[in-house]
Amino acid sequence: MNGLSAGTVAAVERLGKQILDITEGWGRSWIFLLRTLVAICTPPFRPYLLLTQLMQIGANSMVVVALIGMFTGAVLAVQGVYTLSKFGATAYVGSMVALSLIRELGPVLTALMVIGRAGSAVTAELGIMKITEQVDALRSMAVDPVRYLMAPRLLAGIIAMPLLAGIFVAVGIYGGYFVATSLLHMNSGTFLSQMDASVDWRDVYCGFIKSLAFGFIFGWVACYKGYTSGFGAIGVNKATTQSVVTASVAVLIVDYFLTSILNRVLFT
Amino acid sequence: MIVIENVHKRFGSQVVLNGVNLTIEDGKTTAIVGPSGVGKSVLLKLIMGIMAPDAGQIWIGDDNITAASTEDERNRIRGRLGVLFQAAALLDSLTIYENIAFPLEQRTKLSRQQIHSRVEFMLTSLSLESYALNLPQQVSIGIRKRVGLARALITEPTTVLFDEPNTGLDPLVGQEVYDLIRACRERWRFTGVVISHEIPEVFQVSDRVAMLLNGDFRAEGTPAELRKSADPAVQQFLKGSTDGPIKIQ
Repeated sequence: MNGLSAGTVAAVERLGKQILDITEGWGRSWIFLLRTLVAICTPPFRPYLLLTQLMQIGANSMVVVALIGMFTGAVLAVQGVYTLSKFGATAYVGSMVALSLIRELGPVLTALMVIGRAGSAVTAELGIMKITEQVDALRSMAVDPVRYLMAPRLLAGIIAMPLLAGIFVAVGIYGGYFVATSLLHMNSGTFLSQMDASVDWRDVYCGFIKSLAFGFIFGWVACYKGYTSGFGAIGVNKATTQSVVTASVAVLIVDYFLTSILNRVLFT
Repeated sequence: MIVIENVHKRFGSQVVLNGVNLTIEDGKTTAIVGPSGVGKSVLLKLIMGIMAPDAGQIWIGDDNITAASTEDERNRIRGRLGVLFQAAALLDSLTIYENIAFPLEQRTKLSRQQIHSRVEFMLTSLSLESYALNLPQQVSIGIRKRVGLARALITEPTTVLFDEPNTGLDPLVGQEVYDLIRACRERWRFTGVVISHEIPEVFQVSDRVAMLLNGDFRAEGTPAELRKSADPAVQQFLKGSTDGPIKIQ
């Protein structure tokens, strides 16, 4: 074939097929997202289903998020005292803990925790519903699975993520404050006054907008991977792993771009 | 009446249905039988409109479900169907009562009281009263099948589709399910389509039988006619023999 070996042609074919599959997957996931957003915005609304998902994704994640928040704040305080003492700036530990948590670590670590805990559960649940024909059963009963299953989960993710990040930040600041003042003997007035002086509402907006975006990514990826999972235990296993990995990587990538954009928009 | 006209379906290079034609008469129960993997369940999904054929048409009464362009239109046609899935496909998060009430809550504008009385009636009719508050995973597969049947019948559909109704059941429970289907058919007078490879058990509930093989209907008739068929493939399948033209995949 014009000098090209059969192996080369096969390799090019494989590459082409992979590119086509990836493009098709992207297209499908965007169509899926569009359908879910339309379902969220148009009646019939099912508040009971939304509350159930808020319970499962939000309320049931509170303890683990608070626990991680507490220790993240505590570690930040310990590291802050150690690092800032080299510059004679330990007074700024409160600022460092608060700004790090509000602007960055709160939204990101909360998102990673929720993706690991609830995202995998959402994908596995939807995948199992698919392979046990529950999704087909919904359609046979003239119920749109996107409206009934996906819309409440995506919306719950968008609502729950900022609330959980808020809890993470609040508990984290308390953890940092406790360690800095009780264990590292820092003056509590200094910790709080420096924090108060350095944090303003734009930092909170920054964290809030990030949390909303991460909640959106969480819901979109978890629902899409569950809805399109393959058959059998292996299919669900693969979908769950892909869901957690894809959402986690997406959160970190989007975090970089959002930070750059928000710094430019809010702080210049 | 359900009319299947020249329906084709393939997955990649594998041809599953190659121009199948079948008429399912009103008030009768037709069994679609055949070895595993010949496309029986695919045909059922095409009838339900949750899968689209590559070519051909499927009429449910006066409506062509394959020509329905929107999900709303398909849902309107599906409103006349009830389906008992292979493993019942009950919603895990709902109780037995809620599963049975589900189609009425989603599809109709009945009041809470009207829904309650219909669900209570169905629970009593299928001897499910004591399981009403259980979750599906807390009851046996036989009970789940009964609940699936109750859910399929609660909207009083004109046609009920049964996908392998006694697969995975022991002979006693399997027989109970067939008895139940027969009793329900006499009571509600629906048109039935039963997908099965359980021979001869499925003949108990069938007025007509159509055997699917190699992408097309190989034989069709009453159970008695099928038993007398001279086709060696039909005889091999009915006898469950490994010797004959049907190659085991």
